[in-house]
Amino acid sequence: MMIMSKNNNVIKVGIAQMDVVKIPNTIRTSGLGSCVGVVLYDEMKKIAGMVHIMLPESTLSRTETVNVAKFADTGINALIEMLKLEGVQAFRLKAKIAGGAQMFKFTSDKDSMRIGPRNVEAVKKELRKNGIPIVAEDTGGNSGRTIEFNPATCKLSIRTVNQGESEI
Amino acid sequence: MMNNQKITSLHLDVLKEIGNIGAAHAATALSDLLNKKIDMRVPKVEMVSFHEMMELAGGSEKVVVGIYLRIEGDTEGSMFFILPVEQANRFIQRLISDESFNFNDNPVSELGLSAMQEMGNILSGSYLSALSDFTGLKIYPTVPGISVDMFGAIISIGLIEISQVSDNVIVINTSIFEEGVEDSEEVRGHFFLLPDPDSFESIFKALGVS
Repeated sequence: MMIMSKNNNVIKVGIAQMDVVKIPNTIRTSGLGSCVGVVLYDEMKKIAGMVHIMLPESTLSRTETVNVAKFADTGINALIEMLKLEGVQAFRLKAKIAGGAQMFKFTSDKDSMRIGPRNVEAVKKELRKNGIPIVAEDTGGNSGRTIEFNPATCKLSIRTVNQGESEI
Repeated sequence: MMNNQKITSLHLDVLKEIGNIGAAHAATALSDLLNKKIDMRVPKVEMVSFHEMMELAGGSEKVVVGIYLRIEGDTEGSMFFILPVEQANRFIQRLISDESFNFNDNPVSELGLSAMQEMGNILSGSYLSALSDFTGLKIYPTVPGISVDMFGAIISIGLIEISQVSDNVIVINTSIFEEGVEDSEEVRGHFFLLPDPDSFESIFKALGVS
């Protein structure tokens, strides 16, 4: 179970969605498999944002209208813009990331089988491009993860089925 | 590419029939395997958002036993067989005659895991060969993979292909359960067939409803 006080709200972020959180609330996304949960936070202002990324690049999209939160490249930029609207300055942002697992072991050439590691690479590339340091990460492996970030402590709780709960 | 707006109720009926035939064959195979009567529910065909998809079968965090394979050939897509852990335990205990077997053990016994994988193989094989016979389409399933984990983490791999084209998914959802137990989400096994967006046309064409 996630540790939290009773009066606080947990903001839930669904797959291919994003949102921001301020104290005393926390922000959470559940059932991350090959997807990557990216948290950007401002330690001084105690504001954070989370995006649940499914795919590495928006160029993979074959539609005209793009849900920006779905892709690493567009999702991270959109989250930065969302945080700026909350008065956060981009140079103060730090990142914690989790996810990018390979849930099934196959010997297949299909790119979608390697989507977890590709998502992690794309997220890192995009953060580097924006000059945002990754303070902590729990990526790869083959377990699903549920993550929750508390902007008051800037800690990211990670729960898996077999390894229990940890904090980064 | 199949445009979602062009899917009519006739198309949905065809997809339902695929679920019906597929799951009926799989239920018979499971029944033979366990020497136990297996019931199935009326298939559901729905267009859902990714978020709604993650909340099916008891929610994204529910721990399930998941069998996953890709379908290749004349029509392509992803197929899952999802069982709640308790129900998977009962099936495998019966199959390997070992009452102590439990998917919650860490590590899980290899014998039980490979029995589950084989069960997944047989069930998805019967589902897909029925689908192939019904449509006349050539379908080649990959070797199934197995994972005991959160439902959301498992099912999201099936959304990857679709997510490049759409933010919604058409899911053919059929569920089966053991006769004699009260039907609830706790005991229900689900077959989820997620055709790739480009594959609907070949299915409809094969059945003369394009």
